[in-house]
Amino acid sequence: MTAAMPESGLFNFPGAGPLWLSIQLAATTMVLLIAIGTPLGWWLARTSSRWKSVVQAVVALPIVLPPTVLGFYLLIVLGPNGTIGSWWVTLTGEALTFSFSGLVIASCLYSLPFAVQPLQGAFEALDRRDLEAAWTLGASRVDAFFTIAVPQSARGYLSAVVLSFAHTLGEFGVVLMVGGNIPGETRVISIEIYDQVESLNYAAAHQLSAILLVFAFLVLFSMFVVNRRWERT
Amino acid sequence: MSITLRYALQRGDFGLDVDLKIPVHGITGVFGESGSGKTTLLRCMAGLERPAIGRLVIGSDVWQDQSKNVMRPVHKREIGYVFQEPRLFRHLNVRRNLDYGWRRRNGRSDASGFDHIVTLLGLDRLLHRMPEALSGGEAQRVAIARALLCAPRVVLMDEPLAALDRARKDEILPFLDRLHAELSLPIIYVSHNIEEMCRLCDHLVVIENGQILANEDLQSALVRMDLPILSGDEAGSVIYATVKDYDADYELTRFGFSGGELLLPGQFGEVAADARLRIRASDISLCRDRPEHSTILNILPAVVEELQGGRSPSILLRLRIGTDRLIARITRRSRDELNLQPGDTVLAQIKAVAVRNTARGGV
Repeated sequence: MTAAMPESGLFNFPGAGPLWLSIQLAATTMVLLIAIGTPLGWWLARTSSRWKSVVQAVVALPIVLPPTVLGFYLLIVLGPNGTIGSWWVTLTGEALTFSFSGLVIASCLYSLPFAVQPLQGAFEALDRRDLEAAWTLGASRVDAFFTIAVPQSARGYLSAVVLSFAHTLGEFGVVLMVGGNIPGETRVISIEIYDQVESLNYAAAHQLSAILLVFAFLVLFSMFVVNRRWERT
Repeated sequence: MSITLRYALQRGDFGLDVDLKIPVHGITGVFGESGSGKTTLLRCMAGLERPAIGRLVIGSDVWQDQSKNVMRPVHKREIGYVFQEPRLFRHLNVRRNLDYGWRRRNGRSDASGFDHIVTLLGLDRLLHRMPEALSGGEAQRVAIARALLCAPRVVLMDEPLAALDRARKDEILPFLDRLHAELSLPIIYVSHNIEEMCRLCDHLVVIENGQILANEDLQSALVRMDLPILSGDEAGSVIYATVKDYDADYELTRFGFSGGELLLPGQFGEVAADARLRIRASDISLCRDRPEHSTILNILPAVVEELQGGRSPSILLRLRIGTDRLIARITRRSRDELNLQPGDTVLAQIKAVAVRNTARGGV
């Protein structure tokens, strides 16, 4: 399920394995969330259904719930006796809990609002009249969506990509509940840092924490810079 | 070949109920006040009003007929839609805005071609600009070109000049004249501006409260006198004339038409150029005998065809001059003092005429 870590020097330090695993988890989750968040955000932006508020509340739950609560329920549902977990076992022969696949599912739920909300906001700000113009010029609804709505929602996509990636990178509680601490499978960087601190290995904890801190800052900083530049043009 | 359409739509207390047959050549004006249903009618034709029930046939193609379960989606209707606001895609430059429809025209043959349309609308130097760097008039010209470039079979224009000021309007009108002269595409042009209608349209549909009041050629619609919307201050008629000669000394152009000649100040086009003249009802006065000394150059014999009755201080009457018809506004008192009756021969003094050349090459 996970790709081999690059052999090169960049990843040649203690804790590199968990960092690489975190990046893979964050990237996979981000891609899936853009795929899920696009139709969901579009539907939320356009619908007048009475289910809209219910769906919005469910999507926003991970923002307010303690990760342990989310993780606890996921552990039950994804476990070998849970509804999804047992189905997954019959399908693949493997358990979802304490596996990378389980982490991906958990992360998707955990970071869902960070992808859906920026996309929904961007789609709500679209001018429907531009879409009408595109249809009259011969573009089907799907065509107009990809050629007009998506490019005009570029800022929303940027936020969704950056936030869902960065938020997944920083998750801890949910991972601990459903993923445990299996090297190369579920031991992501936040768990590794926790382990190092627990074993009083402060030097390694310092190093990894600093990497994560700088990385998170740079990602958010570049997002705001790009956003500002787009705002001006 | 013609366009036939029938639509019924109820929305709140507004109802649209139309049944029309319009020609597929020239410009058909759809004239009415705001809220009369003009825009809704265009949107129905484009397929943008989903709940509208009706039937739309372009030539021999049925685009919509719910009774036969035919409903072409918007993007499958070969229309060029020019909205009131330009609606350019702000993330694409002018060229890529124009390309948007051009690339989706499904290989439909298009005699005019990309460069021709770009030149026709004077966009050659704007192609690399972004929409926000265009003036209102430029943006609307791009929008018109974009609509023409998707190889439409009918162009729908929804008050394309309404959002522009006088100067911007004057900038675009000559381009619309050129479209009219050079392209054989049918254009349906919605407006509440009678001046624009008189300048551009060949055929006029008058709509009020979602109902069609008139559907005939421009000249005969203008002289009907029974349509309040065409009988107000702006009432007037249109005649087609030809340039005969130009008096360089007095700077007067002589026009010939079915009822005689008209001398108008200014130079308008070459000899034999076709022109469209608009004469407002309030610019015509009548007399029984030819005045011996008058500053009015154009005094033509005319026959009174019909007079409005009623008790209002001023009335309209319809005159026949040659094969053309003009309407004039006079006071009720004048009507009674001159004892004007249908069939009377009178002299029409024409004080002012607005000239527009319909000849190729512009004004």
